[in-house]
Amino acid sequence: MSPTDDRVGVPNDRIPHDRVRDDYTCDLAVVGGGPAGVAGALTAALRGLSVVLVDSGARLGGQYFRHPPGAARGGTPGLDRFLRQARALGERAEVLLGHQVWTVTRDGDRLTVHCRTPDGRTVAIRCRDLLIATGAHDRPLPFPGWDLPGVLTAGGAQALLKGNGVVAGGRVVVAGTGPFLLPVATGLAGAGAEVLGVFEANGGLGLARHPVLAAGKAGEAAGYGLAMARHRVPYRTHQAVIAAHGERELEAVTVARLDADWNVLATRELACDTLAVGYGFVPQIELGVELGCETRQDADGMPVLAVDDRQRTTARGVWAAGEPVGVGGRYLAELEGRIAGLAVAGVPVPGVLARRRRRLRAFGEALHHAYPVKPGWQGWLRDDTLVCRCEEVPVARVRAALELGATDARSVKLLARPGMGWCQGRICGYAVACLAGESPRPPRRPIAQPISLGALAELDLDFDTP
Amino acid sequence: MSDVIVIGAGVVGAACAYYAARAGLDVTVVDRGPVAGGTTGAGEGNVLVSDKGPGPELDLALLSNRLWGELAALGEFEYEPKGGLVVAETDEVQRQLVELAGKQGVEYTVVPAAGLRDYEPHLAEGLAGGVHYPQDAQVQPMLAAARLLGHGAESYGHGTLHLRTGVTVTGFTRSGDRVTGVRTDQGDILGGAVVNAAGTWGGEIAGLAGVALPVLPRRGFILVTEPLREPLIRHKVYTAAYVTNVASDSADLETSAVVEGTPAGTVLIGASRERVGFDRTTSPRVLARLAAQAVALFPALREVRVIRSYCGFRPYCPDHLPVIGPDPHAPGLYHACGHEGAGIGLAPATGLLLSQLLTGARPELDLHPFRPDRFANSSGSPTATRGETETSAGSSRASEESA
Repeated sequence: MSPTDDRVGVPNDRIPHDRVRDDYTCDLAVVGGGPAGVAGALTAALRGLSVVLVDSGARLGGQYFRHPPGAARGGTPGLDRFLRQARALGERAEVLLGHQVWTVTRDGDRLTVHCRTPDGRTVAIRCRDLLIATGAHDRPLPFPGWDLPGVLTAGGAQALLKGNGVVAGGRVVVAGTGPFLLPVATGLAGAGAEVLGVFEANGGLGLARHPVLAAGKAGEAAGYGLAMARHRVPYRTHQAVIAAHGERELEAVTVARLDADWNVLATRELACDTLAVGYGFVPQIELGVELGCETRQDADGMPVLAVDDRQRTTARGVWAAGEPVGVGGRYLAELEGRIAGLAVAGVPVPGVLARRRRRLRAFGEALHHAYPVKPGWQGWLRDDTLVCRCEEVPVARVRAALELGATDARSVKLLARPGMGWCQGRICGYAVACLAGESPRPPRRPIAQPISLGALAELDLDFDTP
Repeated sequence: MSDVIVIGAGVVGAACAYYAARAGLDVTVVDRGPVAGGTTGAGEGNVLVSDKGPGPELDLALLSNRLWGELAALGEFEYEPKGGLVVAETDEVQRQLVELAGKQGVEYTVVPAAGLRDYEPHLAEGLAGGVHYPQDAQVQPMLAAARLLGHGAESYGHGTLHLRTGVTVTGFTRSGDRVTGVRTDQGDILGGAVVNAAGTWGGEIAGLAGVALPVLPRRGFILVTEPLREPLIRHKVYTAAYVTNVASDSADLETSAVVEGTPAGTVLIGASRERVGFDRTTSPRVLARLAAQAVALFPALREVRVIRSYCGFRPYCPDHLPVIGPDPHAPGLYHACGHEGAGIGLAPATGLLLSQLLTGARPELDLHPFRPDRFANSSGSPTATRGETETSAGSSRASEESA
């Protein structure tokens, strides 16, 4: 569908400048093409709203349903259903892929989503309502050697696998905490990698009572359980990778047995060439924060957008669904998207959906409690371990900043620069907050994605026109 | 019991504490937040003589400029004496710039249009000329403040300079009129003198002592680009409009391009001025305007990406001069705040002069123009009238903030 198609996304060609710009006007703009965004957009479009959905990826799917072109059946559980929804959406709404949202502005009742395309064009989507379905990104913890080539985030390893089918390496170790390690491990094993082990830093539940297996989703549960068994992937609790070694790239990891607080009890080395490591997720909420949405602390301490039972945030016209309102997985994300879509269209939320959401949220919170990050990881650090990779800030400089009079993550950043670089603290923000002894605060990123000065300057025109 | 209690661990408070410690006084610094968490942490680090007309502020800036050079020898923070280049869009503005430069009594070189690119190879075409000021410099203000406190503590005997972060001042202890210390959320701290170095919040602190001080916030945004591989900009470069905006009394948005590179490779782009209280809401309009002006000055920046922005609140007084000196209505209380956008640059001189006052020495500069009671005493002047109205507007805003 082109921008001149007038079924949805009415074109707006009033931009008088020398640069042609694609603009859209619609009832609902959705940011994020994962389960929450697609469900929300489709639900609203089916109720007759004009909808534009933007996503930075090359295909819909988000982090969980990232898939190669022409993905076959039998891959990720739930993918068939998602692809059906995505196809239905494509027939009823404008879907803008490869578009990065760098800011959202407000002018009275009207919101404008500002995007840029990979070729540098700027695109503005004017809407009455906005659904934030931006998902979450990995929450890594720093440890010695984590900056070596061959060390990936769990999400990164999965993206590599799903995005283009590359097998992430020969001998793979998966480590961290949380149920997400399982699909990563089985995915890698299924693609032909030798998965030497899944090291879960927490314990308690064990594989037999693992939440993904115990959640009553029989097909999916059996799938992971069988895959782990079939590929003979050992699942070890109370163990973690506390260091990565190698000259130029990863050659081995140190695996440690941990006590309940993640202090090291004993260590051994394990030769491998790929490490996928993940310690939960950071909900992406910066668009909501900049629009003035109130936040709350999720059960794992992460700031998330506060929403009411219709998925409405505290900012007028702004709705949110999926991980930005609390990490709970794809079932919850899709459900919240559907509820938001109904609510935006003015349709009452059926009680059955509300009850399911309550159950799934309770499940999500139970996961947070079963897989917390314990303070002992700070003991794995050495003085020269990088905390911020963008600005190359080692642990010693963070600690020096605290001695100089920094009392929180923001002042550590001002004195030692962690989080000032390209990723804007998305990777190191959690670790810096922990080192500063505080819970992570809502991120302030007025410029959510890098934008050229030329494109930013163009925005000025919008304000000069009355 | 300390000889001096400094309220505020920004760059001005740090300089006050450093020079007081150097003069042999015991100092306690209290701040409700961290070191450099207020306006100090939101600035560019300007140490400018070029943007000030002849007068008391320029005298203060020149003294400070020399002192920063000395302090830089202490090391451990970035100090770049890189010079400033003020550029003019028209011949008329260039004529005014040259005339101003002649009166300032600072080092300068007039740069004709044809010579601009010898200073800044990437400047836009069509500019009428400029003036180069070699004394202009830049410091990394957060580290500078932290290091001044550190040096003060380490160099003049342990225990001389205490830093207490996360301590909120809630009032003053008094003996009759005399201020004898501060009340805080963590108990009273007694001292021989109290220095109000609370920057933009200096008016609130003064209010706790029953004194009216018209210090109000003037918001500014800064854009930060991705790190460049090759330095594109050598000096602090700004347009002549910056000088008039600094001195302007308008409450409306004013922007003028101030562009410079940093040792980290990023380019910093300012400067906007608005009087909107303590509102932190990002204004994309202001960011867009700053970007447009920077690109107009340096077309090569068009494809360079902005990765973040931040805002802060300059502490301004109605006559754009800082408040430095003893408060006649509250003996024992000294003020060192209200430096507007020049606090980084003016901090060392402020600290040195205040330490001279505190030790009974004769200050190197006449502090009369900066006296705290100048606003109340000249009630006939329009400036003071405006100052008073704004004080009440400001305090109502402040209470909304805390509500």
